Amino acid sequence: MSADAAVAEHHDGHPDPVRTRKVAMWVFLGSECLFFGTLISTFLLFRTRTGDGPTAAEIFDIPFTSASSFILLMSSLTMVLAHHSAERSDWRRSRIWLVATALLGTVFIAGQVFEFTEFVHNGLTVTTSPFGTAFFVLTSFHGAHVAIGVIMLLGTAGISYAGRMRPNEGMNVEAVGLYWHFVDIVWIVIFTVVYLLQV
Amino acid sequence: MSATTHEARGLWAWVTTTDHKRIGILYGGSAMTFFIVGGVEALIIRLQLAVPDGAVVSADAYNQLFTMHATTMVFLVLMPAAAAFTNYFLPILIGARDVAFPRLNALSYWIFFFGGLFLTMSFFLGGAPDGGWTGYAPLAQQVTETVRMDYWALGLQILGVASVMASINFITTVFVMRAPGMSLMQMPVFAWMAFVVAFLLLFSLPIVAVGLFQVYLDRNLGTLFFDAFGGGDPILWQHLFWLFGHPEVYVLILPAMGIVSEVLPTFSRKPLFGRAFVIFSGIAIGFMGFGVWAHHMFTAGLGPVAEATFAITTMFIAVPTGVKIFNWLGTIWGGSIRFATPMLFALGFIAMFVIGGLSGVTHSVVPADTQQHDTYYVVAHFHYVLFGGAVLGLFAGLYYWWPKITGRLLDERLGKWNFWVMFIGFNMTFGPMHVLGLNGMPRRTYTYPRGLGFEFWNLMATVGAFLIAFSVAIFLWNAIRTRTRGEIAGADPWDGRTLEWATPSPTPAYNFAEIPHVETEDAWWHAKYTENDEGHAVARSNPPDPEAEPTTDIHLPSPSYYPALAAFGLFLIMLGLVYPPLGLVLSGAGVGVTLWGLFGWSLEPLTKEELPVAGSQSPASPDADDGEDAEGTEDDKGDEGDEQTDEEDAENTDDGDEGDGGES
Repeated sequence: MSADAAVAEHHDGHPDPVRTRKVAMWVFLGSECLFFGTLISTFLLFRTRTGDGPTAAEIFDIPFTSASSFILLMSSLTMVLAHHSAERSDWRRSRIWLVATALLGTVFIAGQVFEFTEFVHNGLTVTTSPFGTAFFVLTSFHGAHVAIGVIMLLGTAGISYAGRMRPNEGMNVEAVGLYWHFVDIVWIVIFTVVYLLQV
Repeated sequence: MSATTHEARGLWAWVTTTDHKRIGILYGGSAMTFFIVGGVEALIIRLQLAVPDGAVVSADAYNQLFTMHATTMVFLVLMPAAAAFTNYFLPILIGARDVAFPRLNALSYWIFFFGGLFLTMSFFLGGAPDGGWTGYAPLAQQVTETVRMDYWALGLQILGVASVMASINFITTVFVMRAPGMSLMQMPVFAWMAFVVAFLLLFSLPIVAVGLFQVYLDRNLGTLFFDAFGGGDPILWQHLFWLFGHPEVYVLILPAMGIVSEVLPTFSRKPLFGRAFVIFSGIAIGFMGFGVWAHHMFTAGLGPVAEATFAITTMFIAVPTGVKIFNWLGTIWGGSIRFATPMLFALGFIAMFVIGGLSGVTHSVVPADTQQHDTYYVVAHFHYVLFGGAVLGLFAGLYYWWPKITGRLLDERLGKWNFWVMFIGFNMTFGPMHVLGLNGMPRRTYTYPRGLGFEFWNLMATVGAFLIAFSVAIFLWNAIRTRTRGEIAGADPWDGRTLEWATPSPTPAYNFAEIPHVETEDAWWHAKYTENDEGHAVARSNPPDPEAEPTTDIHLPSPSYYPALAAFGLFLIMLGLVYPPLGLVLSGAGVGVTLWGLFGWSLEPLTKEELPVAGSQSPASPDADDGEDAEGTEDDKGDEGDEQTDEEDAENTDDGDEGDGGES
C-alpha cells in the first residue's frame, strides 16, 4: 500500500486513476447490495409458497451445495493471493492465482448447472410455484455475477500476460478482487437464507 | 501550449466526445427535445379532456398518451435535464478538469439516448406502453397481450443502467477530484444536491431493476412473481416500485433545489442563509426518502400499523423541506435583490413548491388520502411539485447558466415573458385540478360525462396548458434569436459566487487554466471581494482574471466512438428481448456489438499524445478509465494503453517489466 500511497497524490488536481477505479468499484458494490437485497427479500416472501410443487426440504441436496459453496469460498483465498502477488508486481504468480480463481468460479457454476438440471428433473421449474420462480431467479442472477467475474479475472490475466499491466496497476487486480469477494459474500447470505434456513 | 482535444468536427465530434461539458449539452438538448414530445402528448390529453365526451383520441390511444407523458417527463426530461447541469457544472464547481471517468460518462449518455429512442419508437412498433407509468400489477402487466409493456419494462431498465453508471461516476468525482483544499462542506450547494441525488439513484435503481426483470420474466417466461392466481403477490410490485419511486421524487426535485440555492444568493447579493442547514436537510431528505414509500399504497390495504408508520414518516419528511424553504426566505431577506429572469424563476419555484409541498402533506393523512387517491387532486399535487418545483427550478438554472454554456445572455424581456406566461399558464392548468380532484374526477380515464361539474375547470386547464406551450415557444425563440444576436456575456455576467464564473464563457475544454486552491465556500466571491471593518463587501483591487491562458500542458481524454457503439449494442440486445424467441438473434448480435465496443474501449489509449513527464508541474491526464464494472457486463480492466506515467515509480516499473518480459 505504501508504494501506492505515493501514486495517489494529487497531480494538478488529478487523482491516481487506479485508486479512482477502486473507489468506483466500492460505490458500484454499494448498489449491488440493494440489487441482491431485493432478490433475497423476494425469495423470503415466496420461500414457503410451494403450491403443488416440491418444497425446499424435498429438493435441496445440502451436502452437494455445501461442497460447491466451499469451492467458491476457496476462490476468495486464491483471489487474495493473486492480489498479494500483484501488489509486489509479481505478475507471473498473480496470473496463476487469477486463473486458479477463475477455475474455481467455473467449477461453482458447473455445480449450479448440475443442480438446476436435477431440480427440473424432480419437478421444480421456474413456473412451478412462486418458490421455484424466486429460487431460480435469485440463484441464476448470482450465477451470472460469478460468470461475469470469471470473465473479468481472465481478462485481467490476459492483459497482464500481454504485458500491458503498468506497475501501479496492482490495484486493478484489487478492484476485480473487490468484486469477486462481494460475489462470494453474497453467496454466503444466499446459501444461508435459501438452503440452510428451512422452516 | 494550451490543450486541444476535439480534432473531430461536426456531428462526429458530438458522437465521440468525452468532454463533460459537451456531454452536458447533449443531455440538455435531448431533454429539451423530449420536453417538446412530452408536451405535445400533454396537449393531446388536454384537448381530449377539454369538453365532456371528448373524441379527439380513442381510449386506447389515451392510455398510451398518459403513460408516455409521465414516463417521458420523468425519465427523459427531468432526469436528463438535471444530468445536463450536473455534467456541465459539477466538475467545474468542485474545481476539477473533468469527471472521474470521461468515457463512462459518454457511455451513460448514449445508453440514455438509446433508451429514450427505444421507448419513443414503440409508438410506431405496435403501440407505446399503456399501463400507466407505475405499471401496477396485475392489470398493467398481465392483461395487455401486446409488447407494449415489454417496451416499458426494458426501456426503464436501459435508462436505469445509464443512471447508475452516471451516479457511480459523479460520486467518485466528488470523492477524489475536488480541488486541493476544498472540504466537502465547502462544495457549492448544487454540487451537494447532485451528490445526494447520485446516492439516491445508486440505491433506489437496483430495487426497481429487480422489479422490472420480474415484470419481464412474468410476461415472457411465465414466472409467478406478481401472478396472484399462481401464488404470487401483486403488492410486491408496488413495494419494489415505490421503494424506487419515492426516492425518485427527490431525485427530480433536489437538483432544482440546488439550482435555486445558487441563484438566490447571487441575485440577492448575500451568502446563502444557513448554508449547512440547506446541505444537511438535503442529506436528511435523501435518507428519509427511503422510509416513506408506502404512503403511495395507503389504499392497497397494508393494515393500520403500516399505514400509521408511513403517515408519520411522511409528515416528518416535510420538516427538512420546510427548513430549506425558510433558509431561502432568509437568503432573500434584506438582500439587494435583482429581479433578473433566473431570480424570477427561482422565486416562482419557491411559491409553487410550497403549494405542492403542502398538498403533499395532506396525502400523508390516511383518511384524506383514501379520498384523494387516484383523483385529479393527486395529479395537481405532483404537478405543483414537478412542474412548479422541478421545471421552474431547471428554467432558473437554464437562464442562470446559459451565458456560461453559450457565451451569450438570453434576452431579458423575452425571458420575463417566458416566466409570466408559464407561471400563469401553469396555475391555470393545475390549480383547477385540485378542485376537480376533490369533486371526484378520477385520473387515467379518457373522458367524462356532462353534468358532473367538471366542464368549466377542465376547459380552463386546457387553455392553461396551451399557455404553457406558448411560453416554451417563447423560450425556444429566445434561444434561437440570441444565438447570434445575444449580448456577449463575459466570464462573470451575474457577479457570481462559485467557481464556474472563474472560467471564460463558454468554459474551455480544460476548464481551468490553473486548478484553483479552495479554502472557503463561495470561493470565487472571496477571490473578488474582501470585507471592511463594518462587514461590507469591498472589491479587491486585483481580482483574478478568468480569461487567463494556461501556462502548462494540459492533457484531456481523446474522443472515442466506443461508448456510443457499446450503448448501441445494449439497444439491440433490449430490442431483441421484446420479440422472443426470434428476436434473440438480434440480442445475440447486440451482445457482439457491445463486446466489440467494450473490447475496443479497454485497449484504446486514453490520450493521443504521450504525456511529457517533465516534473512536478506536469499534469497527469484526467483519465480514468471507465467503467467497465458499472453494469457488470464485461471484463474489467480498463484502459491500459496510455503507457505514460510509467516513470512515476521506477522501482516498480522494473519489477513489472521483468515479470512480464519473462513470459511474453
